[in-house]
Amino acid sequence: MSAPSPDTVATSDAVARVTLQGELDLRSGKMLWNTLKQAEHDSARQVEVDLSDVTAADGSAAAILTSYRAELRSKGVDCQLVGARENVAEILRLYESTQKLGPRPRRKAQGQLDQIGTAAIGVAREAQMVIAFFGQMVVGMMNAFRAPRTVNWKELLPTAERAGADAVPIVALINFLVGMVISLQSAAQLHRFGADIYMADLVGISVVREIGPLITAIVVCGRTGAAFAAELGSMQTNEEIDALRTMGFGPMRFLVMPKALALMAVMPMLTILADLMGCLGGLTTGVVRLDLSVGGYLAETQRAVHLSDFTSGLIKSVVFGLAITLISCQQGLAATGGAEGVGKRTTAAVVTTLFTLILIDAVFTVFFEVSTQL
Amino acid sequence: MNDPLITVTNLTMGWDDRVLQRDANFTVQRGEVFVILGGSGCGKSTLLRHLTGLAAPLSGEVRVKGTDPKEPSLEPPKFGVMFQSGALLGSYTVGENVGLPLREWTDLPLEAVRAIVQAKLRLVGLDNTEGVMPSELSGGMKKRAAIARAMALEPDLIFLDEPSAGLDPVTSAELDELIVALNRELGLTVVVVTHELDSIFRIGTRCIMLDRETRSIIAEGDPRELRDHSEDPRVRAFFHRKPKEQLS
Repeated sequence: MSAPSPDTVATSDAVARVTLQGELDLRSGKMLWNTLKQAEHDSARQVEVDLSDVTAADGSAAAILTSYRAELRSKGVDCQLVGARENVAEILRLYESTQKLGPRPRRKAQGQLDQIGTAAIGVAREAQMVIAFFGQMVVGMMNAFRAPRTVNWKELLPTAERAGADAVPIVALINFLVGMVISLQSAAQLHRFGADIYMADLVGISVVREIGPLITAIVVCGRTGAAFAAELGSMQTNEEIDALRTMGFGPMRFLVMPKALALMAVMPMLTILADLMGCLGGLTTGVVRLDLSVGGYLAETQRAVHLSDFTSGLIKSVVFGLAITLISCQQGLAATGGAEGVGKRTTAAVVTTLFTLILIDAVFTVFFEVSTQL
Repeated sequence: MNDPLITVTNLTMGWDDRVLQRDANFTVQRGEVFVILGGSGCGKSTLLRHLTGLAAPLSGEVRVKGTDPKEPSLEPPKFGVMFQSGALLGSYTVGENVGLPLREWTDLPLEAVRAIVQAKLRLVGLDNTEGVMPSELSGGMKKRAAIARAMALEPDLIFLDEPSAGLDPVTSAELDELIVALNRELGLTVVVVTHELDSIFRIGTRCIMLDRETRSIIAEGDPRELRDHSEDPRVRAFFHRKPKEQLS
């Protein structure tokens, strides 16, 4: 394929003539573009592009030529593509353009104030959606108690298995390690004051009140919350939710309720496991690092941890379960726009849930603290 | 003439500030195979969402069997819907998908539900697929299963969104035969969204054509009549598969 051999001749001040030769294609596009641009001088009132020696042209060359002609005509310059052979004329007709090349589309940069405003409105809107969803969920739960038949019980056990039983190894391992880390961090300090045995108090209370429920909720959020959001998001984008609606099934009671009930049931169980494993981690450190006896450690734990510490953790875990389901399902059902939308909503579900879990935990801690003082 | 099954009055639809169709008016009579057609992006599927109560009009009214399909109801659905992708629930078997509305809205024993499910699947040519997962079905089979599910509660009206889309010509023709048979043998009123010409002429008894540029209904009638006698270049272009310029 030969490169075009341009020959630009300015016949007079008012007329520019460009002669092109050979094959015009994508590879010679740059040369063609530059040649045409050179011919366009300010005073030229007419530009004639002679194509009689052009043996062939591809789509890109035709696009450049027709766009160039439209551009010049829009400026009031008469531009003619002359002498084209039939094969070249045909492709020029195909790419016929009357539109000049417009300015490159640019996204208008959003001002900082605008960005803050948009983000604030977005947060408010999301919060409104979550609250509305919570309301629907409460109504759904009341209906479920009133007419248990309407709940999709079939989904309950498989969901409980996936969210609960399948999470046992990871919840156990993480909480064991966290218990060990807390006790190792405190061992050196406590040993300095001869207060080794109080490690059982420290680990026991912190794990049962705070760490156990919270770490479990975080693990469940990452595992199950993300799965809920992705599952419902995919169903939304695959029209499955619409199909359910047209069959008279509300997604709330058919999809969300079984998930909420399953998670609210398994969260306390996982939290009990987490408490035990956290204490076991502390015990392991106490026995290995501080030469505490197993019996002594357990007796101190029993003395330090009250039933109210234990139950407050369990109550929190139920609320955590509800929050994880609520936010994950709400985000999943709000997914639009295919795979990208599902990904965004899944991420949003995890981030929002984590924030909410910490917030709920803080509220509970203050509440229990105040109620203890009263 | 009997009361129309569907009445659409001055329907304007779209979202935010984008209007897809303005002041649409039409009716669907009982026993028709009513085709909604038009080029890509003219709002065919959106119109179907309005007819099935999945979207709210910007203005105007949709009545299906005398009621607003958007109104929440404690009654079983008055119609069945087949979505473009089939929209079978991926975690349920084909049989469970078809049986879902029966289990929700009837008190039939499980064995009776299974019997009905098998019969519906047989009717759409999907014998022995009751225990198969949707992911194991081809595109055409998914659509058949979705039709079986849409018919589970014995509706007299079903909506089909692009039944032929993405199917090979033979499977597409078979699906059309099924739609014609359901209409003829069972007296089902069928509302179909499609732009497949072969399909339109095979199944359609009446149609409306939506236009993207004018955002309005530009033709209504028997598709064959429109093909042969319409003077409107947009209608002729559509039915003769030709760019508008060539016809004008």
